[in-house]
Amino acid sequence: MEGPTSTGIPNRKLAMWTFIGSECMLFGTLIATYMIYRGRNLVPPYPHDLLNIPFITVTTFVLLMSSLMMVLALAAVQRNDLRATKLWLALTALFGLIFLGGQYYEFSHFVHEGLPLSRNLFSSTFFVLTGTHGAHVAGGVIWLGTLLVRAIDGKLDARHAETVEIAGLYWHFVDVVWIILFTLIYLLV
Amino acid sequence: MAMTDAHSTGIWSWLTTVDHKRIAIMYFVAGFAFLLIAGFEGQLIRLQLAAPARSLLDPDLYNQLFTMHGTTMVFFAGMPLVVAFFNFVVPLQIGARDVAFPRLNAFSFWVFLFGGLFLYASVPLRVMPDGGWFAYMPLTNPEYSPGPGIDFYVLSLLISGVGSIAGGLNFLVTILNMRAPGMTFMRMPLFTWMALIVSALILLAFPPFTVGLIFMLFDRRFGTHFFDAAAGADPVLWQHLFWVFGHPEVYILILPAFGIVSDVIPTFSRKILFGYPVVVFSGVLIAFLGFGVWVHHMFSVGLGPVVNAVFGGATMLIAIPTGIKIFNWIATMWGGRLRFRTAMLFAAGLVATFTIGGLSGVMHSSPPADLQQTDTYFVVAHFHYVLIGGTVFGLFCGFYYWFPKATGRMLHEGLGQAHFWLSFLALNMTFFPMHFSGLLGMPRRTYTYAEGLGLEVFNLISTIGAFIFTLSFVPPVWNLWRARRRGEPAGHNPWDASTLEWTMASPPPHYNFAEIPTVDRRDPLWHPYIEPESRGDGDEPGGAVPRRQPHEPPAPVVMPNPSHWPLVLAVGMLLMTIGGLGSLGLTLFGLLVTAVGLFAWAFEPPFGEEAR
Amino acid sequence: MSRQSAEAHPSTRLYVAIAVILAALTALEVMVFYIEALAPVLIPILIVMMAAKFALVAMFFMHLKSDGPVLTAIFAWAVFIATAIVVGLMAIFGKFAG
Repeated sequence: MEGPTSTGIPNRKLAMWTFIGSECMLFGTLIATYMIYRGRNLVPPYPHDLLNIPFITVTTFVLLMSSLMMVLALAAVQRNDLRATKLWLALTALFGLIFLGGQYYEFSHFVHEGLPLSRNLFSSTFFVLTGTHGAHVAGGVIWLGTLLVRAIDGKLDARHAETVEIAGLYWHFVDVVWIILFTLIYLLV
Repeated sequence: MAMTDAHSTGIWSWLTTVDHKRIAIMYFVAGFAFLLIAGFEGQLIRLQLAAPARSLLDPDLYNQLFTMHGTTMVFFAGMPLVVAFFNFVVPLQIGARDVAFPRLNAFSFWVFLFGGLFLYASVPLRVMPDGGWFAYMPLTNPEYSPGPGIDFYVLSLLISGVGSIAGGLNFLVTILNMRAPGMTFMRMPLFTWMALIVSALILLAFPPFTVGLIFMLFDRRFGTHFFDAAAGADPVLWQHLFWVFGHPEVYILILPAFGIVSDVIPTFSRKILFGYPVVVFSGVLIAFLGFGVWVHHMFSVGLGPVVNAVFGGATMLIAIPTGIKIFNWIATMWGGRLRFRTAMLFAAGLVATFTIGGLSGVMHSSPPADLQQTDTYFVVAHFHYVLIGGTVFGLFCGFYYWFPKATGRMLHEGLGQAHFWLSFLALNMTFFPMHFSGLLGMPRRTYTYAEGLGLEVFNLISTIGAFIFTLSFVPPVWNLWRARRRGEPAGHNPWDASTLEWTMASPPPHYNFAEIPTVDRRDPLWHPYIEPESRGDGDEPGGAVPRRQPHEPPAPVVMPNPSHWPLVLAVGMLLMTIGGLGSLGLTLFGLLVTAVGLFAWAFEPPFGEEAR
Repeated sequence: MSRQSAEAHPSTRLYVAIAVILAALTALEVMVFYIEALAPVLIPILIVMMAAKFALVAMFFMHLKSDGPVLTAIFAWAVFIATAIVVGLMAIFGKFAG
């Protein structure tokens, strides 16, 4: 397919890192907006009325562990251990789904408590920031799902380790973003 | 299948093409069409202002026209024309057969085109956006702009922004990864260098704008409060997000022009570029500093003396690397054997007119001076000098330089010279008087002015200049038409230039290089110690030798397959965009088409077998 | 490519160790949040732990430690510009004043 590259890095992997660089600016802008508007909300409810630290700690832990599953999936596919690949890919996607379920619960709970998207400045910034992150997680889950289907079909082996690695880079980046959001939104409330 | 499609010329072959040279032509044609449309809008504005209290345009239509003029020029004329040159030139200059992701390249083009067409759908519907190309909040919030005009602006820039980011990613990877053996960073032609820097700028500058547009869309559609002062927000945040993007954007438009003239001036001076590493690093420095100066567009907001001083100082710093480049170009010409062909005229014209625009730019970097100039025609004069005298002249320069390579035909020199002198005259005649009308206090974006303020003469001269500008497009269009039948064959290297794109036939075969060359010096076609004339016509490519040993068979040429999935994906995104005007069903259907296109794309084999 | 880089990549045991550190740091972050006495220095402590977690994931899970410096340069450059703009905007909006 493609020949050797000038940097020695495969094109798709370089592209993913470049994309991640661009995503840093996307999330950077969203985070800047959240931080600038922190404490400027004029209409209740306020962040400290609603944010549930113990609950979000659990989902944060789940997302962190999904990153571990992801590297284990990569290690498995690199040594061509297809059973382990399938297991770890499935667990990564499952942990991602649990995180999304937690976010769904959190969002619907907030709306139920009187914080729809258009309620106030907090609802605007909170939902758009965490929602953008959630959309990234959802995209990652779908991506992992296609890899899992390919693995189950027997079409994913050590020759495709690069594909798994690139999906993993994306997944870890989404995790890294959450590490930042967890601290800035929830712990620095 | 790949074979037949790669060589055919039917409409389907253009819709499914992934060939960077064909995509370049499509970008050029579409970008040039938008340039003419936006130029016409500018002409209408000048007609309205030819004399005081004219009533050719009413205030509403005037607002719509300057918004469409600015938005089109920046996003749908300037950027696609720049990307047209990236597409045509970069793979040839680095010795590659195509870009890193050919289908992504086609996708970038289609979403740009659909974004532009979507914006212009507002014209027949008579709902053109009217908030300026900067769309400042709160003027553009649902209360003050209730109609769908601003939604056309927001949605068209969201969709075309996706194409820009994809293009930036593609060219960054292409230049980092697809260079021929021996093409180290410090051997890359300057145009490729600037394309690399601009790709990085696009990747870092567009996301803040995208986020700002999403905030604006949500404020307008879903009642959020991102720019709502009553909810505790600050509408000035929009200005920050816009200019965090907007300032790097001006370097996205100017650095490619700098790259073009940095290749053209050495060619027509028969001297290597003076201070190559300095020109490269000043480009890097301009791009880096470009992220730290956005507030100079906002001095009159009143952010306080500390903020204004910091950003004013950073802005003045940018004059240093920019000035360095100008001195390097002059030093390259100094003592060279100059040939003033059309491309060289435009390059020299750029050095002169960009310098004028650059100097007025340094004037507004000082906040107290800027406060006098903000929102007057002085600023209009400044940025038209840099955008026309810089970007547009650079693009014309590149057009005359690479046209023979792209088509295999020479352009008529006399018509080219007429084009240059007419546009040079027109630029100065239209925009130089604006320095005076601006300093006399004439405000921008106001549809008329009163009699007796001393503005009549300057405005009349500007309007006559604008007419000459319109006229100046006759020679190049005639020239293009003429070249189809009567242009002389160009040969491999009509200008005796030094870079790899001149090693192959004109127009290049679709695989570009039959064999990938190995590069051993910065100007591979110029032997450093032999006069250019004493060499052959590029048929003996001095510093670019095929690396194959004489007895080895050539390596097989593997070319990407044509694909219709980029177009399907772009159509899906267009449907989502149209749905963004208020139809959730259409948005979801577009999402479905996008998803289908994405999956089909992912599982389609990207490369053919052997194609030669 | 896989064989060579598989050996260059950290082993499963290292991955698990990193995950344990990440989990411990997260637990520590939440504990610090609930300790009243640390309130005055909460922000710097949390920022340092956040940065540590960020760095661990990037270096080990995303393999920046063993991969080419080009990738590290791209990522570091983007993180630097993004951080500078976040901090710059917050400063302009008076978030660090008093």
